[in-house]
Amino acid sequence: MPNVDAAYYLILAAMLFSIGAFGLLVRRNPLVMFMCVELMLNAVNLTFVAFSRDLNDVGGQVNVFFVLVVAAAEVVVGLAIIVAVMRHRPGATADDLSVLRG
Amino acid sequence: MEFVVFVIAAIMVLAGAVGVVASRHPVHSALSLVGTLFSVAVLFVLQEAHLLAAVQVIVYTGAIVVLFLFVIMLLGVDEAEELDIEPIAGQRPIAIGLAAASAVLAIVVFAVTTDGATGARSATAELLPEQVKPNINQIAEVLFTDYVFAFELTALLLTIAVVGAVALSRKAGGDFEPAPESVLAKTQRETAEAEQAILDEVAAKVAAQDAAKQAATNEATEEAADA
Repeated sequence: MPNVDAAYYLILAAMLFSIGAFGLLVRRNPLVMFMCVELMLNAVNLTFVAFSRDLNDVGGQVNVFFVLVVAAAEVVVGLAIIVAVMRHRPGATADDLSVLRG
Repeated sequence: MEFVVFVIAAIMVLAGAVGVVASRHPVHSALSLVGTLFSVAVLFVLQEAHLLAAVQVIVYTGAIVVLFLFVIMLLGVDEAEELDIEPIAGQRPIAIGLAAASAVLAIVVFAVTTDGATGARSATAELLPEQVKPNINQIAEVLFTDYVFAFELTALLLTIAVVGAVALSRKAGGDFEPAPESVLAKTQRETAEAEQAILDEVAAKVAAQDAAKQAATNEATEEAADA
């Protein structure tokens, strides 16, 4: 039986997710906003693993694997978009980018 | 012992997360992110998800954060951001309120359910201890049977992401530039051009001699005809 109750992991994940969501809402640098999204994804991964162990099921860990892959793809495309936008407007913040067309 | 490790890792996770949000400098945010992601890997080890801990370190701290740092350096956006000014009035209090409300809600829900998680137990496959069967084997068995379609879709997704990144990062509207000529190819091309020039020169000389000889013969025949 595990020593540390799954609830501790879930509480930690909730706090991590909230910090990430707060950062995403407050920060204006697109790169830092992306890092906050990564924090939120990691919080969800932590809950997946905690539930996987608590419910005694491998499926949770496999889902973490898929979340990692999707996060990697998202970062690649997102950073490419940021690079493309920043070429046209150096030093742009999220507030400056109100239209889709560059 | 496990609890001590958990507390240390949890403190590092939260400290790193606060560092990401509160750092003025994007590079400091990225380095704080490394701390958080590494501590999450420690928590994975603590929960006996050894494969995921390794993947977390390799993919997240190894690849994704390096990509972040690379883009920060590439764009030169590494100047400090002024965090004191608030462009949208009331944005921060509302954000703090929303984040705190969601955190409190989640914590209360988790704390109230003292029996642990609800749901079907071992719906996919039972999670066996490391001594019975290695973690990596268990994940592989499920990944390549029950989740094989999703697994193949991730291959497609990664291909699309790579193509998208290349299409986005090239110069807008322009064609792909030809690859720069290598030193070997340049030398070969120059040698061939020099050889061709010498051959042309020789051919021109030969043609000139032929023309002179022809002219001499023509003159001789004309003289003979006159005579």
